[in-house]
Amino acid sequence: MSRSEISRAARLLMRHTGLFKLGPECSSAAVVGTRSKFTHSKEGKVLHPDLLNAAVLKTQYAVRGELYLRAEELRKAGKEIIFTNVGNPHALGAKPMTFPRQVASLCIAPFLLERPDVETLFPKDAITRAKKILAAFKGGVGAYTDSRGNPLIREEVAKFFEERDGVPSNPDHVFLTDGASVAVRMCLNAVIRDENDGILVPIPQYPLYSASIQLYGGTLVPYYLDETKNWALSIDSLKKSVKDARAQGKHVRAMVFINPGNPTGQCLSEENLKELIKFAYDEQIVLMADEVYQENVYQDERPFISARKVMHAMGEPYRSSVELVSFHTVSKGAGGECGLRGGCMEMTNIHKGAIEEIYKCASINLSPNTMGQISISCLVNPPKPGDDSYEQYNKERTEELASLRRRAHMVTNAFNNLEGVTCNFTEGAMYSFPRIRLPPKAIEAAKKMGKAPDVLYCLRLLEATGISTVPGSGFGQEEGTFHLRTTILPREEVMNTFVSKFSDFHQKFIKEFS
Amino acid sequence: MTTKTTKSVLSLESINSNVIEAEYAVRGEIVQIAQKLAKELEMGATLPFQKLVWCNIGNPQILGQKPVTYFRQVLSLCEYPELLSVPEVEKLFPTDVLSRARQLLEQIPGGVGAYSESAGAFVVRKLVAEAIARRDRHPCNPEEIYMTDGASPAVHYMMDLLIRDGRNDAVMVPIPQYPLYSATLTLYGGKLVPYMLNESCGWSLDVQHLRQQLHTAREQGLCVRGMVVINPGNPTGQCLSLQNQEDILVFCKEESLVLIADEVYQANIYDDKKEFFSFKKVVCDMGLLNEVPLVSLHSISKGFVGECGRRGGYMAVTGFPESVTEQILKLASINLCPNISGQICCALMMNPPQEGEPSFELYEKEKNVILGSLKRRAELLVSALNKLEGVSCNAAEGALYAFPRITLPQKAIDVAKSLGKSPDWLYCRDLLQQYGIVVVPGSGFGQADGTFHFRTTFLPSETDIGLVVDNLTSFHTKFMVQYGGIRNTNGTHHLNGCSDS
Repeated sequence: MSRSEISRAARLLMRHTGLFKLGPECSSAAVVGTRSKFTHSKEGKVLHPDLLNAAVLKTQYAVRGELYLRAEELRKAGKEIIFTNVGNPHALGAKPMTFPRQVASLCIAPFLLERPDVETLFPKDAITRAKKILAAFKGGVGAYTDSRGNPLIREEVAKFFEERDGVPSNPDHVFLTDGASVAVRMCLNAVIRDENDGILVPIPQYPLYSASIQLYGGTLVPYYLDETKNWALSIDSLKKSVKDARAQGKHVRAMVFINPGNPTGQCLSEENLKELIKFAYDEQIVLMADEVYQENVYQDERPFISARKVMHAMGEPYRSSVELVSFHTVSKGAGGECGLRGGCMEMTNIHKGAIEEIYKCASINLSPNTMGQISISCLVNPPKPGDDSYEQYNKERTEELASLRRRAHMVTNAFNNLEGVTCNFTEGAMYSFPRIRLPPKAIEAAKKMGKAPDVLYCLRLLEATGISTVPGSGFGQEEGTFHLRTTILPREEVMNTFVSKFSDFHQKFIKEFS
Repeated sequence: MTTKTTKSVLSLESINSNVIEAEYAVRGEIVQIAQKLAKELEMGATLPFQKLVWCNIGNPQILGQKPVTYFRQVLSLCEYPELLSVPEVEKLFPTDVLSRARQLLEQIPGGVGAYSESAGAFVVRKLVAEAIARRDRHPCNPEEIYMTDGASPAVHYMMDLLIRDGRNDAVMVPIPQYPLYSATLTLYGGKLVPYMLNESCGWSLDVQHLRQQLHTAREQGLCVRGMVVINPGNPTGQCLSLQNQEDILVFCKEESLVLIADEVYQANIYDDKKEFFSFKKVVCDMGLLNEVPLVSLHSISKGFVGECGRRGGYMAVTGFPESVTEQILKLASINLCPNISGQICCALMMNPPQEGEPSFELYEKEKNVILGSLKRRAELLVSALNKLEGVSCNAAEGALYAFPRITLPQKAIDVAKSLGKSPDWLYCRDLLQQYGIVVVPGSGFGQADGTFHFRTTFLPSETDIGLVVDNLTSFHTKFMVQYGGIRNTNGTHHLNGCSDS
């Protein structure tokens, strides 16, 4: 092809294939014939901070925001940092559960299975499980799987949902993802069409939601949890939020709720869930049930009950109409396998066409990582009574959850003992979210620095003690209140040290600013 | 009780339109038909073929390629560190595997189960940076490296950053291209400005043409922000000449474009006369490191490593202001971190066993066997394709694909039209239904107007590929006969004397 033929072909391609949609206004006054250097580049840079996608610039994710970056700076300079900014158990000394790692190790190195002494190295059930998984993963763990995840694992997940909720689940409506966050974002990307689409999000919230809504160009519609009532969710508050949003011309399309809550830890009652589902039905809203902490429950009055289960028990019309997506992960619970990036979502009453579109988006990234998928398998289909590994697995799980329960109490009590601090009990999840009454002088000082008052507190805490937390402003809070989020994850052995460091700092801080 | 409409919130009419418009042919309609057929076979249905051969996607291990032993040994220890305390561990693994696993576990806080830094664990980035520095003979700072779950998320980050709302932002993309680029541009609301690779000159790139496309786009009110180059190419396999690379860098500098260099196939080069030079190396050699914003992508999925399912890769970012790399870090942090196992595999890929180390011999052997075999299969397939009537296929200089051009009879074109499909789709569908071979129509990658292609991998094992070739040959003849013979050969070209550019 000659050069002119190439150009002609390209122009035809541009016009006809739809790959390149010509703007209707080819003679736009702003740019015709001229290379508008101002919009294109600045100071000689295309990638100038002023010339980036505004949604990206506006997005914030406090969990790894300003405080974390400062903590990293200090760590690199040699200071010892206690990373209680993120729910990352293994980084603070938690041990992985044995069975899933044995299975993973065999799956990644199948030649171990061929050794005659393999049964001296691994228990029989881990060997059997690895063989079963490898038989189902054509090409082993090195091959891309189905973009929704391997069918065997999805069947196991569907079975898990069925046994948990008493209602069958379709494996083709289960998607495995590189952590639950990816699944959340897939849903939000599908739901949000433009800035008029609103998503109900609890305040305080896990900032994945605010960040994703910002990135996808939607509107966050807040509904406030009531700190005075143990972070209770109120339907009246929800209804008000929806009303206000609609008055501003927003279409409220979906609602996120986090149960157990993050950062707040509250566990919803069955009554709460019924109200929520009825609300979703009445307002025709997609329910996004972030249930990643379902195993982390530290009180007995309100055990975990899934939205899916409640919805099914409510019968018609709710059972077949409310569009519900439920999320789960290997990152939390007793296993805490954050680094493996294993998550899933289950879709109930979601339109087939929508599922296909989400499938298509998943396929652009080819497939979720196989080790994460295998970890999901061990989570939803753990050793059963009678299996070789059952005793150890159960022991590890029970002990870790009991320890977390003890630590939930320790941390709550410690905060409640501090002057000017109140803290609701951590009913579930992995965090404590104390409210700190900051002295007016501290608030003044923060203002002068151009920082939110809780940011100042957390920065000083970090510099004095090495404890890395996240200011409440990163999660949202009632105007005029200040909080911080810390995890309850330091091991029990070091918890007293953790508490006393915090205590010392707090007293000094209050004294300094009185 | 309020009366409800039966419309779902999440139905086709009410979903983000960018999602609806995005297309990704590698797992598109032909593949979906193949999946249905696979299910039927499983249920015991009788079809004209006994098994499906998946040639649609560069997924080597599913077609029998073995993983590299060293990587899997280290990783199994990282997954289950208790093995290191077993007394017989030295009988299980060579000593260099043991020390590498220990080093990684010591330096990655919390092992594979903890979130790492969002850009990736420091030791991993350091190992990757050191390897890049050795490869390019120019310094590489670990802070330039962002580990990712495969190379694809890096493309998402860049499109998200570059494409602004409502400003007709565009990115130049080679045609034919790997449809991740067109799909992400659609998803993020951007426009694709094509530049054609020249099929009759071994898919070469013409810088004059690049300029022309850019100017046309600007005249039409587009703001072209960057350019993608895939080297070695996908689906085309060509390796860019050094001259081409230098011209591209000068072009990007002069026109203020971000260069996205997809280099995931850098280890798959079969033409002895060609050598891979990274764009990082070339930009440094030219003294333009700070003048051209460059994003280089790599992955563990290709090469001879083929660890697609593990999702490991990185983007190396240079020539950006810090205020911009902060945004990349922020985007990466929302998903917390890439999976640690994939990160480790990437570090190992870049830092394989060295001569003198216990694992070196086996590693070299495995590497050479796979690469040698890939080269043989590439040549076998391409030469078989060139023997078919009305088919011409450029040599696969690199990557994992053949992208033959097929001349289709008018009748086939008409039938396809009546189905509302592209003619190469029809060819691929019939190939699938009659022989169970799954390939991807050229229309999924883009092609010059009026031409038809399909992409097939040459990954079927050495035992299977002969059968694939035979079946393709039989099918092709049948298809041509069925649709009324071969058109005049004004479409067939073999490599003629083009200037070496």
